[in-house]
Amino acid sequence: MSNQGPKTLFDKIWSEHLVGQREDGTNLLYIDRHLVHEVTSPQAFEGLKISNRPVHRPEATIAVADHNVPTINRQNIEDPQSKIQVETLAKNTKEHGIQYFDLMDQRQGIVHIIGPEQGITQPGMTIVCGDSHTSTHGAFGALAFGIGTSEVEHVLATQTIVQNPAKNMRISVNGELPFGVNSKDLILYIIGKIGTAGGTGHVIEYAGSSIMGLSMEGRMTICNMSIEAGARAGLISPDQTTFNYIKGRPYAPGTEHWDQAVEYWSSLPSDNDANYDHEIVIDSSEIDPMVTWGTSPEDVVSVKGTVPNPSSAKTENKKKSIERSLEYMGLKPGTKITDIKLDKIFIGSCTNGRIEDLRKVASIVKDKKIASHVQAMIVPGSGLVKKQAEEEGIDKILKDAGFEWREAGCSMCLGMNPDQLKPGERCASTSNRNFEGRQGRGGRTHLMSPELAAASAITGNISDIRDFT
Amino acid sequence: MDKFHSLKGIAAPLPIVNIDTDMIIPKQFLKTIKRTGLGVSLFYEMRYDNDGNLIKDFVLNTSPYDQSKILVAGDNFGCGSSREHAPWSLKDFGIRSVISTSFADIFYNNCFQNGILPIVVSPENLDQLMTAAKNQIEFTIDLPEQVIKAGNHLIKFEIEDFRKERLLQGLDDIGITLGYKDKIIAYEEDKKNKKPWLFKDN
Repeated sequence: MSNQGPKTLFDKIWSEHLVGQREDGTNLLYIDRHLVHEVTSPQAFEGLKISNRPVHRPEATIAVADHNVPTINRQNIEDPQSKIQVETLAKNTKEHGIQYFDLMDQRQGIVHIIGPEQGITQPGMTIVCGDSHTSTHGAFGALAFGIGTSEVEHVLATQTIVQNPAKNMRISVNGELPFGVNSKDLILYIIGKIGTAGGTGHVIEYAGSSIMGLSMEGRMTICNMSIEAGARAGLISPDQTTFNYIKGRPYAPGTEHWDQAVEYWSSLPSDNDANYDHEIVIDSSEIDPMVTWGTSPEDVVSVKGTVPNPSSAKTENKKKSIERSLEYMGLKPGTKITDIKLDKIFIGSCTNGRIEDLRKVASIVKDKKIASHVQAMIVPGSGLVKKQAEEEGIDKILKDAGFEWREAGCSMCLGMNPDQLKPGERCASTSNRNFEGRQGRGGRTHLMSPELAAASAITGNISDIRDFT
Repeated sequence: MDKFHSLKGIAAPLPIVNIDTDMIIPKQFLKTIKRTGLGVSLFYEMRYDNDGNLIKDFVLNTSPYDQSKILVAGDNFGCGSSREHAPWSLKDFGIRSVISTSFADIFYNNCFQNGILPIVVSPENLDQLMTAAKNQIEFTIDLPEQVIKAGNHLIKFEIEDFRKERLLQGLDDIGITLGYKDKIIAYEEDKKNKKPWLFKDN
């Protein structure tokens, strides 16, 4: 990457954060904000203690417990190990003077929901967290990526990270989105197209009129799942939609610096003639509502499609992989997607647990009842999302339809808390991963948009929102 | 950090693509606040049945593979969650090197933080090594020479110099970076003037 000439959004953020080069040739990148949760941080704090190292800049770090937390009774965490982890985070943050939103704080929620909600996430920042879905924050034009626990310790101790630059990829989606197609369908379609390793070593910049027409919530859904395409991060140029979202939030720049910040943010979009290592252009009219059938996010088809036949695979490895997925999922080749019967519905996660998602679900299930054989739960992404939904009467609509209304957290996206699938149970989920065992051992996950999950809750089968009245 | 120089032993074949970190170490084992003790839970759902009994035909449950220090696996190993519990559990089991055609970025990086060597080889070489592993042929991995030897196969591999050095010497990365503390502070002072909104006390 040269310092001269036209630059991408990624190039600009990268060069702005370069502290210098170490003798071993690696780059030290400055980290503006560090988000910390209970699962990937205890060993990092322990490491600091063993080496007797302080936290370099405690005020640049924000902590919250989200992965392990119960969504029903908040007063008492029954699992002793989960309880220890949450208590350890409280203790560590107190000891080092780090801001911590505890379980009784309304600001508590999924770390990638609360960053933007609080205005912590801003354009041009570098943001890291010991969680792969940190890519979510790229929706604001921030370079945000997941790191391991050793790197969490490194950032706590030095406020920097050792990295070499990523390659640039641009995925442009152009045109008005067809009826029934939204951000979740877009990103599932993209992952299906480039594969789960398609973005490895790259930062993906999403561009084009379909992307720029999305709300911040929709943009976050797109960037969130960049990691499912193997990318190091996702990015979207900041624009007026971004600035409007940030303005007035608790951690946003105040009036004294607002104009200066906006001026800087406005300089961030990629230069017109910037160079990309890879470019993909998609016409949005080719995209349908999408659903996964297998055990990798790339195993995706149109809701109008059928379960694939392993014999149609191009390679022996792919054939074996499809066979293994179908066996796990308990599906036969050629089955129509809309003939798949469901047991559970999960609406929530850092992918689709924001207020806009809940509003969509409410508009679809209003005055209807969920199918008698399904159990459906809604887990708001944060305490504030929950509060807002309750103020708008969304909780009542959902409860009347038969949904369980829960407290905020990661919940059944990864099932670290008691919210899990039982072996063989089939779930329509608005989350991000359909891996074997992800939502519970033997559980079968179909990823889809909140709209499809809502329609499917009513019919009890995977359903096309376009057929739904 | 443990050093890595060379390694000799039987390699376990795991010919599955897209092995994700949920598969390597499922969620219920992420509740620990320690780095050690995860080896018994490595590949838990493939290794144990619903009642917690060993599944006898899973490769890491069979001799001599239950002593393997090397894993040969399908494309895109380590995708998904950033959990460093994945390399911790591999290492605790005794695995010090994983060979595949590609690795997910975060997992790849996490390996080097824990003295594990991930090696990228071509699809043709992976097929050869997978067969050698199935035939229980002894592997030798030589990091200074950047070569894998298995039977008649002699396969060179690439690794970035700084990663190689760190493994060979078992360097403490944070210690190295703290040597640049003056530069970090100078950077912060400069940005406080240019981008003051980033330094508003939280």
